[in-house]
Amino acid sequence: MSIPFAYNLRNLVVRKTTTIMTALGIALTVAVLLAILALVNGLRSTLSISADPLHVLVLRKGSDSELVSVFLRSQFQDLKFKPGIAVGRDGQPLASMEVVTIMILDGADDSSSSNLTVRGLPAAGIEMRRNVHLVRGRWFREGQREVAVGKSIADRFDSAQIGKKVHFGRGDWEIVGVFDASGGAQSSEVWGDLFQVSSDLQRVDAVSSGLVTATDPVAAQALVASLNDDQRLGVKAMLEKDYYDQQTSSAKPIESVGLIVAIIMAIGSSFAAMNTMYAAVARRAREIGTLRVLGFSKGSILSSFMLEAALLSAFGGVLGCLLAMPLNGVATSIGNSTFSETAFAFHVTPQIMLTGVIFAVVLGSVGGLFPARMASRKQILTALREG
Amino acid sequence: MFRYLPLVLKNSWRNKRRTVLTVVSIGISMCLLGVMIAMFHAFYLSNPSPEQALRLVTRNRVSFTVFIPLSYRDQIEHVPGVRAVTVANWFGGVYKDDRDPKNNFARYAVEPEKLFRIFAEYRMPEDQQKAFQRDRTACVVGRDLANQFHFQVGDRINVTGSIFPGDYEFTIRGIFDSPRNTEIMYFNTEYMEQSLPEARRGNVIMYYILIDDPSHSARIAKAIDAIFANSTAQTKTETAHAFGVAFLALLGNIKMFLIGISAAVMFTVLLVSANTMAMSARERVREVGILKTLGFTPGSILGMILGEATAISIAGGTIGYLISTLLLRLVVKSPFGGYMPPMPIFQVPVALACIFTAAAIGVMSSLVPAMGASRIPIVDALRSTD
Repeated sequence: MSIPFAYNLRNLVVRKTTTIMTALGIALTVAVLLAILALVNGLRSTLSISADPLHVLVLRKGSDSELVSVFLRSQFQDLKFKPGIAVGRDGQPLASMEVVTIMILDGADDSSSSNLTVRGLPAAGIEMRRNVHLVRGRWFREGQREVAVGKSIADRFDSAQIGKKVHFGRGDWEIVGVFDASGGAQSSEVWGDLFQVSSDLQRVDAVSSGLVTATDPVAAQALVASLNDDQRLGVKAMLEKDYYDQQTSSAKPIESVGLIVAIIMAIGSSFAAMNTMYAAVARRAREIGTLRVLGFSKGSILSSFMLEAALLSAFGGVLGCLLAMPLNGVATSIGNSTFSETAFAFHVTPQIMLTGVIFAVVLGSVGGLFPARMASRKQILTALREG
Repeated sequence: MFRYLPLVLKNSWRNKRRTVLTVVSIGISMCLLGVMIAMFHAFYLSNPSPEQALRLVTRNRVSFTVFIPLSYRDQIEHVPGVRAVTVANWFGGVYKDDRDPKNNFARYAVEPEKLFRIFAEYRMPEDQQKAFQRDRTACVVGRDLANQFHFQVGDRINVTGSIFPGDYEFTIRGIFDSPRNTEIMYFNTEYMEQSLPEARRGNVIMYYILIDDPSHSARIAKAIDAIFANSTAQTKTETAHAFGVAFLALLGNIKMFLIGISAAVMFTVLLVSANTMAMSARERVREVGILKTLGFTPGSILGMILGEATAISIAGGTIGYLISTLLLRLVVKSPFGGYMPPMPIFQVPVALACIFTAAAIGVMSSLVPAMGASRIPIVDALRSTD
């Protein structure tokens, strides 16, 4: 027969100072883990929203990012009429030729200035991005030195408001609109007219990339395969989704460092939990003896103390979740593979919190194992005489 | 005060298991803090190494992903105080399969005759340096890289360009040593230039510059940027140290990361230590009563308990610091170590900061139980049953 659960719960409540201190120690460990997971998760969800499953991105063979890719106007003419490409409002294929560069936007002081991705694209490029819509102002006009900025940029920089001017390439560009990409990475970009931007960069015939919308997911796959096989075209095609998945790798260093830190902290906390449980066992020697006299088996004593350790650490895990909760939605940014910034927010999901609690219970149980074993092995007579 | 030292030490050893567990727990947490402190010190507080202090980096003001013209080199060379300038093009490219991160080691196109002058800390035999300069398709690799791939002088390496297109075959003509991580390969920029199509030549990602005196670095950097201030490709010149820190900052907000984790670690240590001291003080209430009857003043009892906590946490802090030097060695030797400012393994300020933090945490953690014990009336203390 097992010892009632209420016994463990009451014990934790009676020694509330020790319980709270140990639990808080575990909570901090869990909070660090959750912060890292929420950071990576936030980046991942931003990038996955950015990608449209129907989009196929075309780069030069051997290029991993739009920034180093070169895509020729002549290649675009061939690309546009491939089978499987959807048709836009104007009856033309939904294909966009885009030029990508980087600009520097000065913040209040030198250290807060930021690198942003600038994209020059035709009207079809805007139509293709179904997650993007204008929130203020208007789109840039063809043939004008005008740009629209993503919402994350407008929110972060006073210098990126409608009516102000930003500087890149050979001169100033007027901001005429703000667009939102519903949480996607495009919200961290500056968009202008393809011809204006590419001629400013002297790249009219050699832009960065091509983007097409397929009629359906199957057609998208087929398009990728046929483009990659086309020796004459000499391009590398991939689903936009795969491209953004690749970009998540920029969070890899932070993720792995964070995990190492969390694991080291967890080892420290499990020693602390062990300490607390040893003290709990020592103080209750006579109680343990009594329980044995009452007929509870060694096994039930062992599981009871293990349960108590797990309970203690689960409490710590929940506290850790509470500590990490305020992080949810906090905006931050990270350098991406094109060395410009992608803004995103910490994303604390129930799934991550569950991971945190499980992590806590595991470290607590490891810490509770030896004390619980000691408790179960006590001789009844000596236990009764102790304390 | 030190009169009570033997008693303090004896007391802290009375419950051996608890003390050991506490010391280990504090030690493991403090080893993280030790690494954080060492990194913070290297990034934001320390002076760059003498070789590094003499190096400047010039790149496009917008980003190092935007080129600057090759023609800038001559103009930079004429700035007073500049001793040598080399092109340093981050080559990127694909070696074997780029999905294996091991294959993504750093590759730079440089001017062979200047590389070893500007990177004075690199050591390579004279004949290998000569061979590197003579053979246009030569490359040199760092010792760490050579060990990882079992490269030997004479081996050939094939790399496909990404930023600079083309298929390249290099012959290893030398292996160099450096105190820092050297998973790096350098090759002759001439080879690359001549393999590129006409329209793509003359582009530079950055220049490494050797200057005559570290104290002139700010003046020289300003002078260089001033030359190109009105051109289409404005430059940004900074010390190699500042450049390294800026590069790492792209990974995220390093400062916040270091401070956040350090704060969490310190608070955890505080809790662990406070918990232990509370447990041990609770067991000893009656003992305190006896000590008081023997004539120990409240002040000396306060001191004894604070001393015990401090002794335990200093032991934890010292062990933590020692483990942190091992961890730091791993950090320095990791691929990221190459981008970080040099971090000597043993540093007095870091060790002191680590141990002092531990001691301060010890005092803070035991303040509440110590005050309680020193204030308790003798009669109550003697009456207490644990």
